[in-house]
Amino acid sequence: MTPGDRPPNRGLTAIDAAIALIAVLLIVQMWLLTATLEAFLAGHREAALPGAILSLLLFGVCFGLYLFIERLDRSLWHLPR
Amino acid sequence: MLWREEFSIHTAEERYVTRRQFGKFLVLTSLGMLAGNLWILARSIWRRKDAVGSQRIARVGEMPVGGVKLFRYPGANDSCLLLRTGEDAYAAYSQKCTHLSCAVYPARDGKRLECPCHEGYFSIEDGRVLQGPPPRPLPRIVLERRDEDVWAVGVDAGGRES
Repeated sequence: MTPGDRPPNRGLTAIDAAIALIAVLLIVQMWLLTATLEAFLAGHREAALPGAILSLLLFGVCFGLYLFIERLDRSLWHLPR
Repeated sequence: MLWREEFSIHTAEERYVTRRQFGKFLVLTSLGMLAGNLWILARSIWRRKDAVGSQRIARVGEMPVGGVKLFRYPGANDSCLLLRTGEDAYAAYSQKCTHLSCAVYPARDGKRLECPCHEGYFSIEDGRVLQGPPPRPLPRIVLERRDEDVWAVGVDAGGRES
């Protein structure tokens, strides 16, 4: 099966799943920001670096998923209807 | 209709948000969260470099036992309380409540610090939260006795000295 033969519904399901995953990662990132801020205000400054690294990692995954959505969405729109 | 052809704005299509647009919005929000974390990291590094100086805040015996003195440390806008808890015992805390930054003051019983905004109470011995909504202990001012003077030499924000 070539990418052009792929049924559009499967592509849309994959996009929905990726969006749902981004939303979950975003919630984790929000929690991480809150926890890091709380630790920083309590004087635990050593939490700032791991917090920033983890946040960067989560953003990277979100951005990767977005690129996946972008690519898949474009390929879906080019399908013969 | 002619005007519809001339003004070809279709409200329904304008309001339609594609999955790609929604994904972009989520990723931009994620970028905002990352910016927040990086800001905390920058502040953390900045504060580590920013050394807190020492400051003479009172003379020994200047206050009676149970007495309180207001002073500002480490900055001109950082209001603090110096408490004489015993004949030769002093404690000092930031006056800013860790809940919503209201000014705390000694309670009537003389054993606690009270925040009047939401009835938060802190221990006078170590600044820990005894009651109410404050999430963290009061930042403790590290004191040092030099000859006949009491000096503030640092801030201990919840167990960490700076």
